Amino acid sequence: MRKYLKFSIAFLVLASVVACSKRERKAQYMPDMYVSVPYDADMEKGTTNASANLKPVAGSIARGQVPYDYADTNDGYEKAKAELKSPLAKNEANLENGKKMYGIYCATCHGKKGDGNGVLAQREKFNGIPNYKDRDINEGSIYHVIMHGKNLMGSHAGQLTNKERWQVVQYVEQLRNDLLK
Amino acid sequence: MKSVALHNPLAKVLLKSFTFLLLFSLSFNAVAQDAIDEARQKDGRKLFKSLCASCHKLDKKFIGPALGKVEERRENDWLKAWIKNNAELRASGDKDAIAIFEEYNGSNMTAFPQLTDENIDNILYYTTVGEIVKTPEPGPDGYAPQPAPEAPKWLIFILAGVIAAAFLIIASLLKTISELKGAPKTPGLWGNSVELWEGLKRNTFLHVVGTIFVLLLSAYILFGALFTVGVDQGYQPVQPIMFSHKIHAGDNKIDCQYCHSSAKHSKHSGIPSVNVCMNCHKNIAEVADNTVVETEDRLYSKADLDKEIQKLYDAAGWDPEKLAYTGDEKPIKWIRIHNLPDFAYFNHSQHVTVGGVECQKCHGPVETMEELYQFSPLTMGWCIDCHRETKVDLKGNDYYKKVHEELAKKYGVEQVTIAQLGGLECGKCHY
Repeated sequence: MRKYLKFSIAFLVLASVVACSKRERKAQYMPDMYVSVPYDADMEKGTTNASANLKPVAGSIARGQVPYDYADTNDGYEKAKAELKSPLAKNEANLENGKKMYGIYCATCHGKKGDGNGVLAQREKFNGIPNYKDRDINEGSIYHVIMHGKNLMGSHAGQLTNKERWQVVQYVEQLRNDLLK
Repeated sequence: MKSVALHNPLAKVLLKSFTFLLLFSLSFNAVAQDAIDEARQKDGRKLFKSLCASCHKLDKKFIGPALGKVEERRENDWLKAWIKNNAELRASGDKDAIAIFEEYNGSNMTAFPQLTDENIDNILYYTTVGEIVKTPEPGPDGYAPQPAPEAPKWLIFILAGVIAAAFLIIASLLKTISELKGAPKTPGLWGNSVELWEGLKRNTFLHVVGTIFVLLLSAYILFGALFTVGVDQGYQPVQPIMFSHKIHAGDNKIDCQYCHSSAKHSKHSGIPSVNVCMNCHKNIAEVADNTVVETEDRLYSKADLDKEIQKLYDAAGWDPEKLAYTGDEKPIKWIRIHNLPDFAYFNHSQHVTVGGVECQKCHGPVETMEELYQFSPLTMGWCIDCHRETKVDLKGNDYYKKVHEELAKKYGVEQVTIAQLGGLECGKCHY
């Protein structure tokens, strides 16, 4: 009888290693090497016992970040529209990346041509997305809207870098000119 | 001669009231159908959806006020003046106009000078009559068609088991009957196997073969088990919110990088912060009608899925009634699926932006997954296979032109692979 007991224990151990639910991770050998001491991004607990991702110290500016001082108000919009100018040269490389970024971040709603007929508009998830040609917009106002959003559109500042935003602005201006033709 | 039924006064009353009801309902139907001018409603609806719906809904407050039956609240002329150019109306000192502008925190409504009076009347007509509700056509027996009830799958197995048992019983009965009739007694299935076992126990050759077989089998099982250590292929945890990649990336064709925006510049592809969700879900508080999500454990109906969106609102601190943030935020504790051990270095931007690798190459058909799972094993062998096969596209990269040419000459090939560029060196990923 003891022989059978040994066998069944061995079988159970083996089975527990092999048959794991897909809802759980597999066993790790030497987990110290899998999970090292430094904090990972998005970790639940970091140095201060709060989330590992901390907000930047007030007043600090990340590398590559350009401060944006136009407020999210009607006045800020008008001011950006009047005085904000693109620092980028109008060239093919910028336009090409602008097109790529537009395809990822804008075209789902605004449509590939900027006519407000993206997939989400066609599927009636969003209604009333304007055609660029019906709106009096310029580079300053486009940039302002990417930064702060407008009405139903949210801010896309977190998803694009400063340079990419200006590239998108360049591409949107081109789309608008094509639509106005 | 009088009919028999009409002798009864109650029957008379019933008949009369029934006739009245029938006539009434018919005439009501006729009125209801006449009342809606479908052409006007359609034109108004189209204009409303394309111009107004980004800020207005019929039944509830949105960016601007709810517009259902707005004609009952405002004069037609005032509405026309407001829609065509509300800034002008406000400048003229109209009190109502200024009041509504201030009520909505001074958010500017776009002017629509291009709309004619007829256009505006049609839009207002649509806001008054709303959607035309079409009742679903009843089936032949007067009920809407229902799916035929399906037998659960386990029933088939039970049935198969019952049939097999029945066969065995019949076979043993037949055997007993034939034995009773005088046929020679056979040892039966059990007796046969006992005899066979006794024979096998004495056969040395079979002992050796059996032992080898058992050893090989256990080695196979053991190594199979050991090779799954730390390999989470197929890992599919239950996430705190039932987020369907199929609906978002598949049906709605939202680009992977819209949400995982740091994949292009960073080591991590990143979990989108809640404000990215809210870019769309400020507007979308409910899933579309008839949306059903089926996962391993359960079926999510529309009501269940709406609750999942509510979880997002709780996390973002969004009040869907007042359409404002409350400031009371709770992070969503997503469970990480793809997790390389810390002794291996992997960088998303290097693969996505520089290499131009499709997300699906490693993550599989995410756009078809209701619940996300780990598609690839993420083992070193798997990395290396790809590094050996993938050719490097160095076009338009003059900086590496010379290196590329030299390497191509050295290996005698047109295009070098990642491996030939040094993509197999230990220190590339382990340091």
